[in-house]
Amino acid sequence: MDFTAVLAQIKPKLGCVADNLKTVEEQIIKARESGAELIVFPELALSGYFLKDLVPDAALRSDSPEIRRLIELSRGISIAIGFVEETDDYHFFNSALYLEDGAIRHLHRKVYLPTYGLFDEQRYLARGTTFRAFDTKFGRFGMLICEDMWHLSASYILAMDGATTLICLSSSPARGIEGDSLGSAAAWQKLTSTTALFLNCRVLYSNRVGFEDGVNFWGGSEYVAPSGESIVRGALLEVDFITAQVDEGALRRERIFSPMIRDENLFVTMQDLQRIAQERGR
Amino acid sequence: MSGLQANMELLRKLLVGFVRDEVRKVGLNRIVLGLSGGIDSALVAFIAAEALGPENVHAICMPYKTSNPESEAHARLVATASGINFSVVPITTMVDAYFEIFPDATNMRRGNKMARERMTILFDHSALLGALVLGTSNKTELLLGYGTLYGDMASALNPIGDIYKSHVWQLSAEMGVPHEVIEKQPSADLWAGQTDEEELGFTYRQVDELLYRMVDQRWTRQELVTGGFEAEFVDAISAKIQNSHFKRRLPVIAKVSNRTIDRDFRYARDWGK
Repeated sequence: MDFTAVLAQIKPKLGCVADNLKTVEEQIIKARESGAELIVFPELALSGYFLKDLVPDAALRSDSPEIRRLIELSRGISIAIGFVEETDDYHFFNSALYLEDGAIRHLHRKVYLPTYGLFDEQRYLARGTTFRAFDTKFGRFGMLICEDMWHLSASYILAMDGATTLICLSSSPARGIEGDSLGSAAAWQKLTSTTALFLNCRVLYSNRVGFEDGVNFWGGSEYVAPSGESIVRGALLEVDFITAQVDEGALRRERIFSPMIRDENLFVTMQDLQRIAQERGR
Repeated sequence: MSGLQANMELLRKLLVGFVRDEVRKVGLNRIVLGLSGGIDSALVAFIAAEALGPENVHAICMPYKTSNPESEAHARLVATASGINFSVVPITTMVDAYFEIFPDATNMRRGNKMARERMTILFDHSALLGALVLGTSNKTELLLGYGTLYGDMASALNPIGDIYKSHVWQLSAEMGVPHEVIEKQPSADLWAGQTDEEELGFTYRQVDELLYRMVDQRWTRQELVTGGFEAEFVDAISAKIQNSHFKRRLPVIAKVSNRTIDRDFRYARDWGK
């Protein structure tokens, strides 16, 4: 079905869950009043990104009052949002929730925690172990958190699991001033476009803005159609509220014109991956 | 292929946004900086004026009696062109009073003392004005260790610490820094006729080309030599980076507890901001 999605390009405050929750609620109300049916927030929207030793202090259980409040709000609009999740056995995950009609429809825990360059996630956070598609009012979705999307297998698994919409929640730092456009933005735009094109999926990419200790998050949230075309893109480096009119017909037509996913041979892929795993000795 | 040709529009947006965001998030709206008459502090003044409005930027020129009078004139020119507040606080009496006790001090000791004297004035004005001190050391200087620890290297925020001198020239032209300041020879201005490039023994352009490949692109020594850099130059610069690394780190703390500051007590500076 056609639906209207909002990409909430916000600027979370580092370690200030109450302040961020307030911002998030305001955005949800604004989106709902504008007639949107889905709102997508960035990665770690409730906590900020470079948490380091703040991780346990900024973490929330899925049954915490803060998350219950968001679940309540999802009766009026579907919500995808990133936060630090604390589990019963005291592990801390970089997680994303998909909330709809007053219930948690899906919880994704970031699998690929980058620990190179300026990143240090795996020092502080536990790794997720699965990618799984799930059903929503708007069709079958898959969620990825930032670095997850740089692993082809992650999007591939979700597409094979039937997802036709990929949501990517992101806190991507700005870097690379040599080219015509920002290096990290150009790389991401290639990635979202190519992923959509390869998998005949639409991509809803929500990236934050603001600075943390001199590191800028560049924004540029976008809705990419299954053809790989960027339909709407948010401002670079500035807070924004992006409305995307998501067209079901475009998905259907693309899947008729370029039925690569229909023709994808899961059996061949599995057979070869199993052979490779065996040859590597595990 | 030079990566030293940067996208000026983007760089300007990033650095102006950095100053605006990082100053305001601590609940302030003003900055103070030392204006030497040179290009680095001139560029930072222009960035700050664009970020916070020139009325919120306070520049202080702090000449010593041997400073070239042209430096103060250029500092004034920059203040007028950018519209920022400007004052002059000479450091001659303080510095001379100290060296009366140590009349045999070398030029290096005198230069360091002057840099640290200026630092105390800037941080005093930080308290006086409710303003953050902006740093003016560029990436070339920081990597080479060509600065005084706790002197000109001290600041609350440094907008230009990740751009090379070559970028400073380009961005200064883009932002309207007066051409007299852009075109003159860079100098620490400790004695008459001193220039950075003479003292360092190479030009900023030469060393920026090397540093960009060595640091940003992580070329190996072999790749650098094959790429046309003289082996002696590569080795000398590598040694400079390594030997000055202490200047780029916090003081080393003897670890005895389970949570030592900065080692296993780790928080961003923007903690709660």
